[in-house]
Amino acid sequence: MSEIHFDKALDTSGLNCPLPVVKARKEVRNLEPGQILKVTSTDRGSVKDFQGWAKVDRKVDLLGQETETAEGKETFIHYLQLVS
Amino acid sequence: MSENQIKTDAPAVDLEEMAARVAQLEARIAEIEEVQPDDRVSLVVFSGELDKVLAAFVIATGAAAVGQEVSMFFTFWGLSALKKDSKLAGKNLFEKMMGVMSPAGTKQLPVSKMNYFGVGAKMLRKMMKDKNVASLEEMMDLARELGVKMVACEMSRDVMGISDDELIDGLESGGVGSFLGDSLRSKTSLFI
Repeated sequence: MSEIHFDKALDTSGLNCPLPVVKARKEVRNLEPGQILKVTSTDRGSVKDFQGWAKVDRKVDLLGQETETAEGKETFIHYLQLVS
Repeated sequence: MSENQIKTDAPAVDLEEMAARVAQLEARIAEIEEVQPDDRVSLVVFSGELDKVLAAFVIATGAAAVGQEVSMFFTFWGLSALKKDSKLAGKNLFEKMMGVMSPAGTKQLPVSKMNYFGVGAKMLRKMMKDKNVASLEEMMDLARELGVKMVACEMSRDVMGISDDELIDGLESGGVGSFLGDSLRSKTSLFI
């Protein structure tokens, strides 16, 4: 478990590409600059997708990613910060 | 040694030459910025099959979500995805045939492989739904919400006799010039 503080959380469990990124984008734009969104996803591809997003979008920083395993099921967590 | 002396010992800098050099560099940077592509993605949607149109919308919504301007240019069979209806009135024989034989809207799109008279398309939709993948219709709504620009090719509409009231709302109309205007400023252009 990480200690990243977040201002808002978004659960995209069950959703598939491209929805985790699309939903997170809507949510992240509602933040104030500097605030952090925690996104939970069950889509394995989301790990690379969020990395790719942060690489091309100057407005968003990816502060960290985690994988949690519970009862054999993996959950992927992404922390996004709105830069400006 | 006093400070004054250090200054006079320093190598002479020609300020004018320096300023000219900076001005030159600034002009060069402005030139380069001019031809730099925008944060933009352009897609040609030529195909009228569910799977291919879906792929186009996954890329379009994904790109829009990560902060890119997205334009989709629908031409030939791709126009089927933009239809809401098929009307035969006012069409000539060939146009009527085209209208009857081509899908009128997303719900009627076949799949590019294993379609089996539409059974394949139904099966794919069911499989996608079971896996919680957004349907093509949801994806199109998302695209609009994200500000994806959709352009219907004027020339192919004309050839196929597709009228305004057969198409969904919110489309722009344009030709190759409008596509190139976007694609030449794009970092990525795809033909699907």
